[in-house]
Amino acid sequence: MADLTESTSADSRTPILELDGIGVWLSGREILHDVKFEVRPGELVGLIGSNGAGKTTIFRVILGLLTPSSGRVLIVGGPRPRRNRSVGYVPQKIALDPDMPLRSRDLVALGLDGHKLGVSLPSRRRREMVDEMLHAVDAMPFANARVGSLSGGEQQRVMIAHALISRPKLLLLDEPLANLDLRSEQEVVELLAEIAKEHGVAVLISAHDLNPVLPVVDRVVYVAHGHVASGTTDEVVTTDVLSQLYGHNVDVIRLHGRILVVAGPSPRADPALMEQLGRLSNPVDDTVAV
Amino acid sequence: MGGFWSHVVEPGFFQSQTVQVALLVGGVVAAISAVVGVLTVLRGQSFAGHALGDISATGGSGAFLLSINPLFGFLGMGLAAAGCMEAIGVRRVRGRDVATGIVLGAALGVAALFLYFDTTFHSTSGAAITVLFGSLFVVSSSTVPAIIACASGALVVVLVLYRPLLLSSVGDDVAAARGVPVRVIGGLFILTMAVTVALSAITIGAILSTALLIGPAATALRMTRRPVTATATAVAIGVAATWVGCLLAYDSFYWPPVNHGWPVSFCIVALVFVFYLAVDLVRSFRLRRTNLPADKSNGAVVRAHPLDTLSTGIEAASASGSE
Ligand SMILES: Nc1ncnc2c1ncn2[C@@H]1O[C@H](COP(=O)(O)OP(=O)(O)O)[C@@H](O)[C@H]1O
Ligand SMILES: [Mg+2]
Repeated sequence: MADLTESTSADSRTPILELDGIGVWLSGREILHDVKFEVRPGELVGLIGSNGAGKTTIFRVILGLLTPSSGRVLIVGGPRPRRNRSVGYVPQKIALDPDMPLRSRDLVALGLDGHKLGVSLPSRRRREMVDEMLHAVDAMPFANARVGSLSGGEQQRVMIAHALISRPKLLLLDEPLANLDLRSEQEVVELLAEIAKEHGVAVLISAHDLNPVLPVVDRVVYVAHGHVASGTTDEVVTTDVLSQLYGHNVDVIRLHGRILVVAGPSPRADPALMEQLGRLSNPVDDTVAV
Repeated sequence: MGGFWSHVVEPGFFQSQTVQVALLVGGVVAAISAVVGVLTVLRGQSFAGHALGDISATGGSGAFLLSINPLFGFLGMGLAAAGCMEAIGVRRVRGRDVATGIVLGAALGVAALFLYFDTTFHSTSGAAITVLFGSLFVVSSSTVPAIIACASGALVVVLVLYRPLLLSSVGDDVAAARGVPVRVIGGLFILTMAVTVALSAITIGAILSTALLIGPAATALRMTRRPVTATATAVAIGVAATWVGCLLAYDSFYWPPVNHGWPVSFCIVALVFVFYLAVDLVRSFRLRRTNLPADKSNGAVVRAHPLDTLSTGIEAASASGSE
């Protein structure tokens, strides 16, 4: 893979991203409460939580799209600059119809100069950089295809290339594995691990399912009801910690290298839900986020 | 008007000053409409573009009432409406269509009132036709400098903001993450759209302005994969349709009903539409021929694990995106 980062001159101990006591209120409701975690260079951190837990909101705060009511975000030890190109972002979905004339390589090039005014002139150097990046994420076969017509996994790769081409120190990906089949899921996860390990990029990815990212994450930040618990998987994904986070009993079951989090016996548990959980060994609901 | 038609015979097409003005104005307006139109479609704001056209009818009919140049009526109303839409709808992208709809409804009500006054007090029953359906052949040559100035201004804004506009068509959050001030850029674009639509309204009428904004752009989008070539193609289609439309309208004087030319706006819009259909036909014919063995579902190897049978939608990852 191409060299994706500038030389990591900063002390690799300094966190690239630091959230400190972030609180968010939206429409009179507390969405996030005292969110605190950090991501270091070369680290791949999983932001795990079920739908509506607050993962996207955390990304929006980091990107400066949402001003928190309390707390602060530090990027490379300082306040987030207004125009920040040291952060790459891959949203969960992009808003392009299949017949929109924007090729993969156009979108990747926009990662380099999309914020600039004026029209870009053809440049050999830029084309080489785009090719290199498309190559790095294995997106060459569909480099000239319309972005909107690609499958979810292909779009994901193109967006990763778009985010990486400006050589950010921090890469944020919102549910990059949602809507991927198993094989693409594995490929994307491996690609992200490679980006973090070989190029020292700090990577934060959100997921509603812990298992696909389990083999590669260094640490997890578990989100439930706007509260977070962070640490290694072994520290966080335990019956005690998650029961406290969810506010009721949950059981953490390790099975053939997979981790299942299921609602434990609780006086408040809904019998219908319990029955559903008994039938399905797959997470379906707020109480069984993993 | 009557003088124009009775004096001119076919070979006089390019000599007629009315035709010269029509070709100039039509060409300039079609070109800027196509440029702005491609971005409008890319950004998913076609509805706003259409609404601005309808809304500018209010300004046009108001201008008739006050006996001022209709261009300024179209412009003033369009800009005001664009401002309103932006002010109401800024909170959420989803709110955009709703905000557009509300402003559109209110403005059309006022247009109905103005057109009623126009016909009652001014006894100019032609006002409604001119405002709603326009005619390139009645654009006065004194308006030409203003039209060219507006078109140039719109072009400059679009060129300067081209890359940020393109980037935010992928998603406002994506653009914002790159440091693009999406609110400002979006606001400037909708104002530019309002100016463009006003120009288009004076050319082919308020109601039909969408045809010139969206039509060539939509056609071009089906023909190419790159934003820049799509823009160039749209400009070519728009200008060609407008010029050929002028010629047809000119010639239609000899068609039935004899001595009553067909409306030039109809000719232009019909050409735009015919061209779109032709491109669509050719495209679907080609797709059918090249896509015979394309069965997307067998592209992906899905390793089923009992625990994953319920996992979120299994999507075929066909690696054959390129053409
Ligand atoms: N603009 C908003 N106004 C009010 N509530 C919001 C807004 N945006 C998100 N929320 C709420 O915040 C919670 C967290 O949302 P989100 O961060 O999108 O969750 P996730 O990404 O983990 O699925 C949800 O309950 C959602 O309804
Ligand atoms: Mg989300």
